[in-house]
Amino acid sequence: MGEKIATRNAYGMALAELSSQYPELVCFDADLAGATMTKYFKDACPERFFDMGIAECNMTGVASGMATCGFKPFVNSFAMFSSGRAWEQVRNSIAYPGLNVKVVGSHGGLSVGEDGATHQCIEDFALMRAIPGMMVLCPCDGYEMKQAVKALVEYEGPAYMRLGRLAVETVTDTIDGYKFELGKGVTLRDGKDVTIIATGMNVQMALKAAETLAAEGISARVIDMHTIKPLDEELVLKAAKETGAIVTSEEANVLGGLGAAVAEYLGGTYPVPVVRHGVEDEFGRSGAAPKVLDAYGINADGIVAKVKQALKLKK
Amino acid sequence: MDKSTENMLALNAAKARYYGVKMVYTAQSGHPGGSLSCLDVLTTLYFRVMNVDPKNPKDPNRDRFVMSKGHCSPAVYPVLALRGFFPVENLKLFRSIDGHMSGHVEMKYNPGVDMSTGSLGQGISTAVGMALAGKVAKKDYRVYAILGDGEIAEGQVWEAAMSAAKYKLDNLCACVDVNGLQIDGATKDVMPSEPLDEKFAAFGWHVIKIDGHDFNQIEAAYEEAKTVKGKPTVILAKTVKGKGVSFMENQAGWHGKAPNAEQWAVAEAELKAKIAELEGK
Repeated sequence: MGEKIATRNAYGMALAELSSQYPELVCFDADLAGATMTKYFKDACPERFFDMGIAECNMTGVASGMATCGFKPFVNSFAMFSSGRAWEQVRNSIAYPGLNVKVVGSHGGLSVGEDGATHQCIEDFALMRAIPGMMVLCPCDGYEMKQAVKALVEYEGPAYMRLGRLAVETVTDTIDGYKFELGKGVTLRDGKDVTIIATGMNVQMALKAAETLAAEGISARVIDMHTIKPLDEELVLKAAKETGAIVTSEEANVLGGLGAAVAEYLGGTYPVPVVRHGVEDEFGRSGAAPKVLDAYGINADGIVAKVKQALKLKK
Repeated sequence: MDKSTENMLALNAAKARYYGVKMVYTAQSGHPGGSLSCLDVLTTLYFRVMNVDPKNPKDPNRDRFVMSKGHCSPAVYPVLALRGFFPVENLKLFRSIDGHMSGHVEMKYNPGVDMSTGSLGQGISTAVGMALAGKVAKKDYRVYAILGDGEIAEGQVWEAAMSAAKYKLDNLCACVDVNGLQIDGATKDVMPSEPLDEKFAAFGWHVIKIDGHDFNQIEAAYEEAKTVKGKPTVILAKTVKGKGVSFMENQAGWHGKAPNAEQWAVAEAELKAKIAELEGK
């Protein structure tokens, strides 16, 4: 625990590192290589890096065409554009034919900060989750990201992964028995009163919230749900049965993302209170990232409040 | 091109037109107009130009084809069937829940289809990707695509055009089926696309203009494209929407409509007569 690195940096370095091992790996960007951190791949392997200009829809289609020829394309832009602007290309040119393209959305969520609402994508989880067969990922720190990239390179099929702009504390490297596996959440902290299921940098917030709650005598389990789809149903069900209340936490709209996935699943299997923590269906705005997050309650205190709400609902 | 080759192409195109319209009639839905207009180009591609092997449809060294105007499945599926990729009987299940011959061109269940298309403007980008893959893998296959002249109102087509020029994709040859009509009427009224030659030239493409129903011109254009180095080629093929069925010709209304029994009887007679004529019967 301790090192701070943005998941976009960890991603960029990991992808570049894998370029020599995987000759079929190709990387696309839309004039944002310095921000999405594909610049590392570009430096390591310029002959398999393609800057497609500010034209995300075409970039997405070109990648799918390359995938039909056996390449493993990674398509990069800000989450707003890779999952939003090119949504229908992702659906029809990648997911419907089931092609092996990884769509990567950097600068996800409100923590884009100063650029404001037009660039703060809070809908990507919902958008990508809604596409049949699309895997959806949001690793929480640099250590996890590195393993996620490797796993994605080896996974055959369409997937979306969100990266964050801010440097975040590495937390998964010191967890005993931590193992990264696509589609399998990780219990980072055990607890018996409530389970906080978080994704992305909300995992770190959830760990802080669990500390605060512990001081008040509330034992909170923390699950790092790096794969939002397919959801680790077994782990969610176990948490519902053992702790009887769930709080989900994500830097995204509470509609359609991780919280929705958990609520949808438990509603039909083992109904317990599920309180969703995230952006309450409103656009973000400009400001320094930590201040924007605080303004929308996307922090440890926000999670603590949701936990108390969930505990009140618990029978 | 010798007479027997020309006759072979004309006969296959005539059969494809017959099967294509029959499919639409049987399904009571589909897109006959633009399928009929591009069939002479498509037949020439599969029977003369492209290096494909129906016994090995996934051959990594094969030439690729993308029907960017994916609603023209009544052109693609019959040509693939006639070329031997799957039995002609499969066409009976076009648009049927009992099969997997989707209304728009589909690759997972239909051998010989290189890309699923249907949402306009997207196919040409995937063709660019296939051509780029050929360059990166240092393979000498070629990539072909057909677009509609209505389709090119999609901005993505021009994004794709820019990227093909950037990467000097001389292994890519697109053809715009210039039939001048789209769903809401004449392309010049719905969204004027001309001058297509100047537009593509300005985007860095080599441009060839032909009569899209003249097999000699079609084949010559594709041969010329193979000699062009350092840039992609576009063939602007002037065609007749609904070609081969008298009452469908040059009628926007037949873009996406199935004939009724009476209309099919007329179409069937005309299409069969053409086949008989070419077979010398």
